[in-house]
Amino acid sequence: MPCIEARGLRKAFGTNVALDGVNLRVEEGRILGLIGPNGAGKTTALNAILGLTPYQGELRVLGRDPWIERDLLMRDVCFIADVAVLPRWIKVSQVLDYVAGVHPRFDRAKAEGFLAKTTIRRASKVRELSKGMVAQLHLALVMAIDARLLVLDEPTLGLDILYRKQFYDSLLNDYFDRSRTIVVTTHQVEEVQHVLTEVMFMDRGRIVFSCSMDDFESRYREVTVNPEKLAAARALKPMHERQGIGRSILLFDSVDRSQLSALGEVRTPSIADLFVAVLGDRAGNQAAPAQGAAQ
Amino acid sequence: MNTMNTHSNPLPESSGESQVIAPAAFAANRPFFWALRRELWENRSLYIAPLAVAALILFGFMISTVHLPDKMRAASALDPMNQHEMIEQPYDFAELLLMATYLFVAVFYCLDALYGERRDRSILFWKSLPVSDVTTVLSKAIIPLLLLPVFIWAVTVATQWCMLLMSSAVLLGSGQSAAILWRHLPLFQMWTGLLYHLVVVHGFYFAPVYGWLLLVSGWARRMAFLWAGLPMLAIGVVEKIAFNTMYFANMLGSRLQGGDDAGTASAPGRMMDSLAVITLGKFLISPGMLIGLAIFAAFLVAAIRLRRYQGPI
Repeated sequence: MPCIEARGLRKAFGTNVALDGVNLRVEEGRILGLIGPNGAGKTTALNAILGLTPYQGELRVLGRDPWIERDLLMRDVCFIADVAVLPRWIKVSQVLDYVAGVHPRFDRAKAEGFLAKTTIRRASKVRELSKGMVAQLHLALVMAIDARLLVLDEPTLGLDILYRKQFYDSLLNDYFDRSRTIVVTTHQVEEVQHVLTEVMFMDRGRIVFSCSMDDFESRYREVTVNPEKLAAARALKPMHERQGIGRSILLFDSVDRSQLSALGEVRTPSIADLFVAVLGDRAGNQAAPAQGAAQ
Repeated sequence: MNTMNTHSNPLPESSGESQVIAPAAFAANRPFFWALRRELWENRSLYIAPLAVAALILFGFMISTVHLPDKMRAASALDPMNQHEMIEQPYDFAELLLMATYLFVAVFYCLDALYGERRDRSILFWKSLPVSDVTTVLSKAIIPLLLLPVFIWAVTVATQWCMLLMSSAVLLGSGQSAAILWRHLPLFQMWTGLLYHLVVVHGFYFAPVYGWLLLVSGWARRMAFLWAGLPMLAIGVVEKIAFNTMYFANMLGSRLQGGDDAGTASAPGRMMDSLAVITLGKFLISPGMLIGLAIFAAFLVAAIRLRRYQGPI
């Protein structure tokens, strides 16, 4: 059974179509990055998966219909929607009590263990913690829940570099064990690139690109072309071309590495570069989304 | 405070036990219990406000006991009826003040209950846990309906008890007998009557008001207070202009006064004799009560449905 399966998922807010027939299949044990410009429908898709919003079309998460069975689904699904959603009035000890009280799969000792590695005190209220500490607290709660699916929507937005790095490190080292599934959306693509097993690009309510990271690394090559080889390189039909410092950088799909190394310096592109290549044309003269993804 | 404590005591142990219990055996009422605890953590004014009012009452009363021995000497000259009134007056006042606190706290609690969590975006956190919207909304509804009246009753009982002990001590200290106080204050009868009055009238009979406020708090994107009142005013005004009648306004007024048909049972509401018990039974199944509870239930269903659709504002 796939962890998430969607067919023809649609959602419109008035005349604004947020999801325009999304087909999606995520197997268990994957870490999927859902990348897209602002307004691409990522959050709406996640909200549908989490049972926070009604939708049209077919959607199954761990075999359940999320809109009908949200509370049951939440025994197996965790999510961090944003860094700022823990109630500000709650004490650290209270939030531990509460989650231990309502969640049958919460391991309090484990959460306490994660918190012991931080400077967070039990008696503090969330409003007294820094943004980074709130994220640590939320992550400690979530990692102590034996869930099958973890959904992260911009989990590190507004955190400094240290916290961001720590966040993904603990997620990989202390949480992910190949039986769980993680879906993450973020604009900080380069930070998750080494974490992901799959990547999907969304644009205007559709999934426009989908690929496993293994495929990604074997298929796509980026070459900084020596000026005199530019014509030869273009003949190999690059999917995208951009200007570096005095050099052209060309992105190729499924072109033999030995062929490319004759043209210049070859490397695996970043997800952000591929994103620009895939979406750049679709966005037309609109450069903003591409930049947004690369930030 | 007693009612609150009974809820909080078994907690630290039980949270540890939950690891032992298999998920299948996870009691169905646990989420409700914890949702209720969350409300008490989040809205501390629910118990702080009544306790503060009680403390003020006791403080004021303590100062007044300076003149108590003189007052009692003067009172012994009065006829029993006036004597009774004079002795009872501060106790009545304490009761009324705490009742008013109840309504005040309940109204503000209801208006914020489903609005606050959307405003501070914490609804996303609450919804990330296996607690249904039904459980959440019911835990919020039971507070003005049942928990608050019982708590207010307990605070009133404690306050009046302290007042009586305090004045007895003062009288004994000045060499007078306190018997006259105890004779004129049938506290146990007063307290049974008060419990009934608080739960049945201010809890159950007012239920549609709380239901409406909860619904508005789940719906409004801002100024929940305004949205709670405006539609009422609008209906009243349209009715008055269109038909020159005031049924709606009268209905609302009678509801807020504890009901006309309940008049005899609710307004004095203090002395519990056999007659009052019969009236109570009649009041509980009176159309006014039943219709009110049905409306309350309808508002709650709407609020539950709303919460399912609502995200942060």
